[in-house]
Amino acid sequence: MWIDVLIAVIKSLLVIVLALNLAGLLGWVERKGSALIQDRIGANRANIFGFAGAGLVNTLMADPLKFIAKEDVIPAGVDRVLHTLAPCVTLFPALVAFAAIPFGDVLEVGGRVITLQAVPLSVGILYVLAMLSLGVYGVVLAGWASNNRFSLLGGIRGSAQMISYELAMGLALVAAVVSYGTLDLQEMVRAQGRLLGGWLPAWGILYQPVGFLIFLWAGMAESKRVPFDLPEGESELISGYFTEYSGIKYLMFFMTDFVEIGVVAGLITTLFFGGWQVPYLMRDGFHFPGGTMVALPQLVVVLLQMASYTVKLALFCWLQVLIRWSMPRYRYDQVMRLGWKGLLPIGLLNVLVTGAVVLALQG
Amino acid sequence: MSPALFLVLAACLIVGALGVVLLSSPVRSALSLVVTLFFMAVVFLLLDAQLVAALQVVVYAGAIMVLFLFVIMLLNLQADPPAMARLGVRVTAAFGASLFLLAVVRFLTRGGGTMTDPRGMATPLPEGFGSTQGLAELLFTRFLFAFEITSILLVVAIIGAVVLAKKKLT
Repeated sequence: MWIDVLIAVIKSLLVIVLALNLAGLLGWVERKGSALIQDRIGANRANIFGFAGAGLVNTLMADPLKFIAKEDVIPAGVDRVLHTLAPCVTLFPALVAFAAIPFGDVLEVGGRVITLQAVPLSVGILYVLAMLSLGVYGVVLAGWASNNRFSLLGGIRGSAQMISYELAMGLALVAAVVSYGTLDLQEMVRAQGRLLGGWLPAWGILYQPVGFLIFLWAGMAESKRVPFDLPEGESELISGYFTEYSGIKYLMFFMTDFVEIGVVAGLITTLFFGGWQVPYLMRDGFHFPGGTMVALPQLVVVLLQMASYTVKLALFCWLQVLIRWSMPRYRYDQVMRLGWKGLLPIGLLNVLVTGAVVLALQG
Repeated sequence: MSPALFLVLAACLIVGALGVVLLSSPVRSALSLVVTLFFMAVVFLLLDAQLVAALQVVVYAGAIMVLFLFVIMLLNLQADPPAMARLGVRVTAAFGASLFLLAVVRFLTRGGGTMTDPRGMATPLPEGFGSTQGLAELLFTRFLFAFEITSILLVVAIIGAVVLAKKKLT
């Protein structure tokens, strides 16, 4: 009993530490990535209280320390409770959404089978979708509770955008669910361990190339970053819904962006790129197509799986940073047209075709 | 579900529901309703209805309440002073509430059960209860007619909304 609780706590800690560190690291990757793309050197030195010796560690620490040390200003005439609540309500759903994403297969220790997933849920994908849909409250609340017209406009833009793109995202997920026949994210990843024709790993991208593109685009719209950063469009709205935030509350909005990038990257990895699967790696070692087999101890297999998940996650985070710094911002009517007249019909068609193919293969 | 956990959840639910009625600021009241719906989803989760719990959050907390909040914010409703209702309204409300309480007590104690151990709660759940497959099977066999009628109703409502909105524009 106590061992079970301990295991659950360790797994949850592992996931939350991954999510928080990812946010911190991505802040730095974003600065360095933008510098790389714009042919600059970028953040390469930071002097914290007269100490500049630790190199990269200093640069990583500088941003959060700066935000924490700044004054937290609450503007006059606002609902103070809701103003403080808004950043918490934004960050919380993004962090807990990670709980259902599996980061490895199973670990067997002393007759105990541990699923490497913080919360094994049979409706995992719906849970992640539910948490992402709760994220909209923070945006609406921050916009409203700031007592500032720019904030309110940003909040309204943000919520309209998130609600619109949730539909396209949902449809991409429906198509994936139809082709896997389950809502359980762990089962989906296991299904991607099969080999097509004895050599090609059956990753989701082969079944759902259109679904992947819709999901990537809708996911970027959900995380409200360039080219979808209209809710905070600084040339029009100062900083949109978080104009009136400073200090650690601003940091929380900043972190939410990066955690959401991580959730989108994690879902893309899980649904379309085999999650923790390493090609040809089974529970007892590598089984190569030619019939060669390399046996591996269980711990090595599990570590390889976790490494595979982490590498893929990092790759798709980087892809989103790359897109963010290579695209101009959409106009608002373009965002709405793309969502409702572009991604939504394509998504519906994708579900229809997927359903027809699955039925034809069964019958 | 353990009784202690249920009591904590029930307390949260009741506090949330009271907040909806008692808070004077419309935004806070709507947010209180979101909290209530969220705890309701947790209760569903502990009753082995994972799918219903997820749908509760996706549909009610994640979509419908956002629109509520939207309307409240766009109309910029201010906090009202608590209005004293007329005597007739108060008597009707009290009557309705007691009737509802009576119905709940009657439901819980029917067939020889007691308030703390209502009949039927202790029997083991059938195989696949609350799972997506189990629910889908019921929905597409026993409740197929109700399911289809509901979808027609929703389509009619959407068409009606579009027609009404268009009439105002021209």
